[in-house]
Amino acid sequence: MIVLWTDALIYLLIAVMLSLGLYLRGKEHIQRPLQQIGRSKIGMVSLVVLLFFVSVGLLDSVHFKLADDKKNEIISLLDLWATPLREHGEKTYSAPFATNLYSKEMMTQADGSMEWSYPRLEFGGRHLNNPETEKIPDILQKSGYGLAQGLGLTGALMLLWYMVRQTHFERLNFIVRPELIAQGQVVPEARHGEQLSPSTKAVWIVLFIIVPLATALVHLSGYYHVFGTDKVGEDVFYQAIKSIRTGLVIGTLTTLIMLPMAIVFGILAGFFRGWVDDVIQYIYTTLNSIPSVLLIAASILMVQVYMANHEAAFTSVIVRADMRLLFLCMILGVTSWTGLCRLLRAETLKLREMEYVQAAQALGVKQGAILLRHILPNVMHIVLISVVLDFSSLVLAEAVLSYINIGVDPTTYSWGNMINGARLEMAREPIVWWSLSAAFVFMFALVLAANLFADVVQDAFDPRRSGNE
Amino acid sequence: MNNPILTVRHLSVTFNHLNTVVDDISFDIHAGETFALVGESGSGKSMTALSVLRLLPNNARLSADTINLQSDDLLKHSEYDLCKIRGRRIGFIFQDPMSSLNPVMTIGSQIEEVIKLHFDLSRDALKQRVLELLQQVEIPDPQQRIKDYPHQLSGGQRQRVMIAIALAGQPDLLIADEPTTSLDVTIQAQILALLKAIQQQTGMALWLISHDLALVSTMADRVAVMQRGKIVETGLTAEFFSQPKHPYTRKLLNALPLMQSCLTHTAEEKPPLLQVSDFYCHYPIRKGIFKRIVDYVRAVDGVSFNIQHGKTLALVGESGCGKTTLGKSLLNLIPGSGRVVINGVELNALTGEALRQQRANIQIVFQDPFSSMNPRMLVGDIIAEGIRALHPHISLDERKARVRQLLQQVDLPEDSALRYPHEFSGGQRQRICIARALAVDPKLIVCDEPTSALDVSVQAQIIQLLKTLQREKGVSYLFITHDLAVVAEIADDVAVMYKGKIIEQGSVAEVLMQPKQAYTQKLLAAVPVLKMEH
Repeated sequence: MIVLWTDALIYLLIAVMLSLGLYLRGKEHIQRPLQQIGRSKIGMVSLVVLLFFVSVGLLDSVHFKLADDKKNEIISLLDLWATPLREHGEKTYSAPFATNLYSKEMMTQADGSMEWSYPRLEFGGRHLNNPETEKIPDILQKSGYGLAQGLGLTGALMLLWYMVRQTHFERLNFIVRPELIAQGQVVPEARHGEQLSPSTKAVWIVLFIIVPLATALVHLSGYYHVFGTDKVGEDVFYQAIKSIRTGLVIGTLTTLIMLPMAIVFGILAGFFRGWVDDVIQYIYTTLNSIPSVLLIAASILMVQVYMANHEAAFTSVIVRADMRLLFLCMILGVTSWTGLCRLLRAETLKLREMEYVQAAQALGVKQGAILLRHILPNVMHIVLISVVLDFSSLVLAEAVLSYINIGVDPTTYSWGNMINGARLEMAREPIVWWSLSAAFVFMFALVLAANLFADVVQDAFDPRRSGNE
Repeated sequence: MNNPILTVRHLSVTFNHLNTVVDDISFDIHAGETFALVGESGSGKSMTALSVLRLLPNNARLSADTINLQSDDLLKHSEYDLCKIRGRRIGFIFQDPMSSLNPVMTIGSQIEEVIKLHFDLSRDALKQRVLELLQQVEIPDPQQRIKDYPHQLSGGQRQRVMIAIALAGQPDLLIADEPTTSLDVTIQAQILALLKAIQQQTGMALWLISHDLALVSTMADRVAVMQRGKIVETGLTAEFFSQPKHPYTRKLLNALPLMQSCLTHTAEEKPPLLQVSDFYCHYPIRKGIFKRIVDYVRAVDGVSFNIQHGKTLALVGESGCGKTTLGKSLLNLIPGSGRVVINGVELNALTGEALRQQRANIQIVFQDPFSSMNPRMLVGDIIAEGIRALHPHISLDERKARVRQLLQQVDLPEDSALRYPHEFSGGQRQRICIARALAVDPKLIVCDEPTSALDVSVQAQIIQLLKTLQREKGVSYLFITHDLAVVAEIADDVAVMYKGKIIEQGSVAEVLMQPKQAYTQKLLAAVPVLKMEH
């Protein structure tokens, strides 16, 4: 197994989140908003969609080298599972579900004559003898098979969940545990009757839609290029799912980098005021007035120069690309902490005048302890809200930056790179639309889910809003 | 007396279908009389007033047999018709004059707005009417003030403007919902006198909503007491206060602090615990590019006083006189200068770690029990915080035992330690705050209006608790308050503060019974006293 830099940080992030979850398990002021999220239909549905993306991204974050591989290639679990997709390269563009190439070629016929026409694809629809008549029934049949697979899988899952829930209730002797409510798995009413809460129902409905759709797509992708192929004949579906990790990494690692800065600086500035406040304010106003694109472009250039000078340390393409991705996260983090920092400074200014802070001072509690015990827990809701809100804007930022070529490495799969490539494809005649559409659909689903979830989180954690349901 | 202006029968208000705040109440208000609805916070008195005007929040459900204004059935009116009644036939004065006026409109245009809504007047007549109203509410110099914005007026003047707005429609009934609660006692007396005078001029009925029984006894013709959404007793003021029938009413009346109680205090001399001399607390006013100091805000301007061991000094004054600033700067929460000696240790000479160690000597209990505890901490941790900070060597078990003991001392159940502050009522929270202050065994506790956010009955309990603790532990209190009746109840000595200076001090009986300064006399005269014999 090979651990890339971004992989390591993702593992760290998961560890941090798990420990935070364990730490906050018994805290009532966290439980209540979580329960509110659990009761919200939109919140739970978008969470399911997000988790779907996250699990794909995690699969793509376990890297290793195959023992018998001669190409010395680093691949991930996702790559391993998608080996057919990865290796079924065509010559050039082909439309979704096509059996023939998108451009004409000179071909030698069986009788030896030459003809200018669309050749059959090497892999897409290879099993068909007569594509014109067989293709549509075959697609229907295969997608039907895939759907059935998915339905069966979800049904089994639901049965399992139901059984676990039943035994849970019996064992707990009808005491509902709040953490289960928080996850939306158990509703307080459920202990009386067998009713499901609306949010639980919604989650299952969504699962019954997503899972069969996914299995159908996966099943079909073994036989066809469901989203077509790109200029060099690579499967677009594969590109799109590989881009999920890039999007998630940018969205989460950037926050990981910006959070400590925003929290430490914001709270210190608000609490100590005076020269500390002045210095921190100068830093972030200065940083804010430099165009961030300029900073990002400069630092990406720096990394490239560094990697060119130390070629020995970056042996494979994927390591180089990973380094650049990490650096992009870092520089995005450095440029984007100012907004949260301002919010936290303002909130701390308010909190430090609260009587409980004064009481702590009167009790002789040290400043550090006041910051940790009184200020930090009371600004956490702002941190949480802005983290979820920032996530989607960062995913979009990646797409924009890659479009102007200062984003991720051109060899990294990312929605930004796909869109960048589509610049020329859109000008082509006949037009190649599927790369752009695939990137758009995937990115849209992720960002929409993240935004909806952010709304629900904000409603639940914002003390001014959570009262008025 | 027998032509009711407002008749209410079987009125109920329910929140979210389960929480009944007004429970089947009936009453009449007659023309020209003052009807007072009294009750503690949360008893549903404001909701009753709002439901007559149908101004309830969205999640409230109203049901009633009759709500008649004269012979007009208000329940049958549409929202549109009701708009013509609100402000025209029923005027309303809210509690907080700060938030009831629009800060970006001049007071003149705000009054005009209401008049225009109900009367069709020409521009000149309109202006004339506004001036008349401002004169009626006794605002000096109405010609000039008409162009003022709310922030240019004092609290009392703002409440006068609110009254002018309520009077603009020449209503038959004026509802005053705690009209003087956020005002100083001298201003309260002025506003009440004004209301009385206007009522005599216009002959309108006044519906006074208040928690203050003493105030009600001086103002009202008839009184109704509300408890948990029900009217438990109604009667003429004279009978009501001389022969209260319902046990709840008796409880309320007994809980009232009495001015006479100051005579019972013994006046034995004890050695001084705290000596403050020539204490100043000045804030610089800076102007210009170089932030030159042009002047100072003299919040505390050279005060000297002593507090004896195991005694209580009450610091009395109106809002803005610097009493809270003085209290907080004694704890070094606000910088001040002067000599502060507690138990022989000079506090002002100390800084850093040495000061932190001395903090155990003086503790503070704040006014607002809701903002003085971290909502994210368990009550046990809140109480133990001081022990943790000042005595880090004490083990966890000992600390827990100490917290249990403290909870017991302030009459809270032991399991409170594992609960969050929001689960407690205002009075209980104030007990927790007292326990927190006691945790480090202070010699002196600064009590900054600890009871002014609480109901009378709870206030009486807290005062009782403070007295008991003083007897048992011998702590001294610096009791900051604006309420002279509470002073009489708890204090041994009194210092009266006015504009940053202490203008009179002495034993409680001396100051309250034979005040020497004109200001003290004025202050005492303004305190509404329960009229037992009518």
